[in-house]
Amino acid sequence: MSEDDEDQSPATDLRSQPPCSPNKSRNCISSSQTFPDHVLENVLENVLQFLDSRCDRNAASLVCKLWWKVEGLTRSEVFIGNCYALSPARLTQRFKRVRSLLLKGKPRFADFNLMPADWGANFAPWVSTMAKAYPWLEKVDLKRMFVTDDDLALLAESFPGFKELILVCCEGFGTSGIAVVANKCRKLKVLDLIESDVTDDEVDWVSCFPEDVTCLESLAFDCVEAPINFKALEGLVGRSPLLRKLRLNRFVSLEEVHRLLLLGAPQLTSLGTGSFSRGDQSQQEPPDYAAAFRACKSVVCLSGFRELMPEYLPAILPVCANLTSLNFSYANISPDMFKPIIHNCHKLQIFWALDSICDEGLQAVAATCKELRELRIFPFDPREDTEGPVSELGLQAISEGCRKLESLLYFCQHMTNAALIAMSHNCPELTVFRLCIMGRLRPDHVTGKAMDEGFGAIVKNCKKLTRLAVSGLLTDQAFRYMGEYGKLIRTLSVAFAGDSDMALRHVLEGCPRLQKLEIRDSPFGDVALRSGMHRYYNMRFVWMSACRLTMGCCKDVARAMPNLVVEVIGSDDDDVNRDYVETLYMYRSLDGPRKDAPQFVTIL
Amino acid sequence: MIGQLMNLNATELCLGLPGGTKAVESPAKSSVRNKRGFSETMDLMLNLQCNKEETVDLNNATASKEKTLLKDPAKPPAKAQVVGWPPVRNYRKNMMTQQKTSGEEEASSEKAGNGGGAALVKVSMDGAPYLRKVDLTMYKSYQDLSDALAKMFSSFTMGNYGAQGMIDFMNESKLMNLLNSSEYVPSYEDKDGDWMLVGDVPWEMFVQSCKRLRIMKGSEAIGLAPRAMEKYCKNRS
Repeated sequence: MSEDDEDQSPATDLRSQPPCSPNKSRNCISSSQTFPDHVLENVLENVLQFLDSRCDRNAASLVCKLWWKVEGLTRSEVFIGNCYALSPARLTQRFKRVRSLLLKGKPRFADFNLMPADWGANFAPWVSTMAKAYPWLEKVDLKRMFVTDDDLALLAESFPGFKELILVCCEGFGTSGIAVVANKCRKLKVLDLIESDVTDDEVDWVSCFPEDVTCLESLAFDCVEAPINFKALEGLVGRSPLLRKLRLNRFVSLEEVHRLLLLGAPQLTSLGTGSFSRGDQSQQEPPDYAAAFRACKSVVCLSGFRELMPEYLPAILPVCANLTSLNFSYANISPDMFKPIIHNCHKLQIFWALDSICDEGLQAVAATCKELRELRIFPFDPREDTEGPVSELGLQAISEGCRKLESLLYFCQHMTNAALIAMSHNCPELTVFRLCIMGRLRPDHVTGKAMDEGFGAIVKNCKKLTRLAVSGLLTDQAFRYMGEYGKLIRTLSVAFAGDSDMALRHVLEGCPRLQKLEIRDSPFGDVALRSGMHRYYNMRFVWMSACRLTMGCCKDVARAMPNLVVEVIGSDDDDVNRDYVETLYMYRSLDGPRKDAPQFVTIL
Repeated sequence: MIGQLMNLNATELCLGLPGGTKAVESPAKSSVRNKRGFSETMDLMLNLQCNKEETVDLNNATASKEKTLLKDPAKPPAKAQVVGWPPVRNYRKNMMTQQKTSGEEEASSEKAGNGGGAALVKVSMDGAPYLRKVDLTMYKSYQDLSDALAKMFSSFTMGNYGAQGMIDFMNESKLMNLLNSSEYVPSYEDKDGDWMLVGDVPWEMFVQSCKRLRIMKGSEAIGLAPRAMEKYCKNRS
């Protein structure tokens, strides 16, 4: 599960010039008096290849020119947090032996229709450049990128040792592209399609896998909205002895899952159960589903349930005691159905669900899941004025029962400051706190006050907090707290909050680690924008939509900061408010403004 | 109704799409202020005159960004849906919509939504290795659609539709020329299950009734034309 995973360390520092000038000899190793350079290089290479972490590698590369060069030769995994921060050519020039690439494209708010389609983030230039430069490429992991079938075909043809393809929240391709990958990447271990928009080209991609034994370890296609050839899938599972993770889409029925489990259950560690409803054989006696699940001795991660028939849910009981991760977030499960299941899940660490389990269900989670690290509650009915089955009661219960909680995403209609304050005290390990009170500008529904004190307590008491998303009625005071206490915050999401520019100023001036800032519909204007100029080169991006920015100010910022790409999206220039900026998206870049910007994007 | 247009005030709020929509509006569409209209509408009764008006197509409308909200934070507007709020991904919203309307045919739940939503139809082209899906609500005219399809299947041209954006049925010989050529011609399956030539009805009507598109060779489409003429004549009377 990877919805908005937090990345662990800052993006690669990809400056073109090594920092150490030839005159400085402080730490420079390349002194020709002792050893010839190439010997030193070899030694360094052998040492540096033990460095795995991005942070460490970035630090090492700053020591001197030689270290810069050797680090560039030995880095095999590259992380690029913003595909427009640099060009593909720069990547291949600096790093010569890349085996694995993680590339992120569109900003997160694009997921919520706040940005038109065709904005960019095309994979094409990356794959074509890498096809020539990295013949040994093994792994590509993309998030929010636009990937075409042609891109996938080029990938499949260019990298004979290709092993892992992971596409998260991507779009632009269809089952025909998947078919090419399945067919041509003979060493494929991982094919994970996660929450991507995959066109149904009516191609039987499952049959395209090679006929002999495969290397497949993970196959996830739960987001593919197209029927599959089940017989072919059965054959594939049968000849994939290394398969550990299998996530089926909703076109796979319970009967079919049953058959697959009989084939390969004991090896599976992660199972996406497909529709979890009966197919066409509803007339016949159901097979013993529980027996199939009993055979799943190694399953620790369970998901799916896309069209759940609740009477069959108890079939999963045999695996509950082993589960560390459970995703019910596509299943409309009532508290009564839920409680007997969760009662057995003592080892659960990651739990995603719909709010249909109600506060009652959350209380059951709190009572049983003492090891819980991550909780995500999504709304079954994502509208503003509905009743809302979960509230501060559920949150309070969780905070009291699940003391090890690290990550929270919670959608609700009503909340109180008291519950947040309680959570801030009870769950000191929190690093991610994302609360979405769906009614905009809603105050504490018991006291009627703004939600300032609640969020204030979170930033103050949760000392490890790195990611925060706020909601409800918030004044500048909440932001004052964020600026004062949120010293480790890297990602901040704000919507319909704050009173004035001061709010944003507090954050820009007070949060030194801030990397990703996304704001919508808040009264922040030019003064606020200017107050952050000392920070923008140290941030990955800033998104501000429907705020109070003017074109004049954005132009000033763009002029003052040449390595910042300032995109204005969808501004009205033939309107009365011609100065008004609808959406600002700005990010640092080593290679200047992109050449593929569509018409509705103006780069200042 | 063909050509039913609504003129909305700058500050009025429009209904968003509760089920979420796959079609992401361009910024020109999504800011509802006094933007020039861009949909060409056909009025069959007025003999193929085309109108350009200040329009907002209610089916595609999204809520404004609500400037009024910022001035008066104490009173959020009731009932109106704001774009992208609550922040639930379209993918998830679509799954939930599917569950709520389970039992409906996939095609109709994709197209119907709740008073709007995407009109996704499959497009197949004779001879092409795979088919594509297009969202008809993303286009405003036959020409738009033609351009998009041409891009998709690059060896395909829709021929000349004439100034009004519709095949000029009054000119039989022109029609016959088109059909006799080896150029590709788009046809579609309508709600009644009939295969029709694309372009014989006003754009909005086409979007509502088109279930599937097939791009066939001109010479093969000849069999369609007489029926298309028939239906056209029926509509006119």
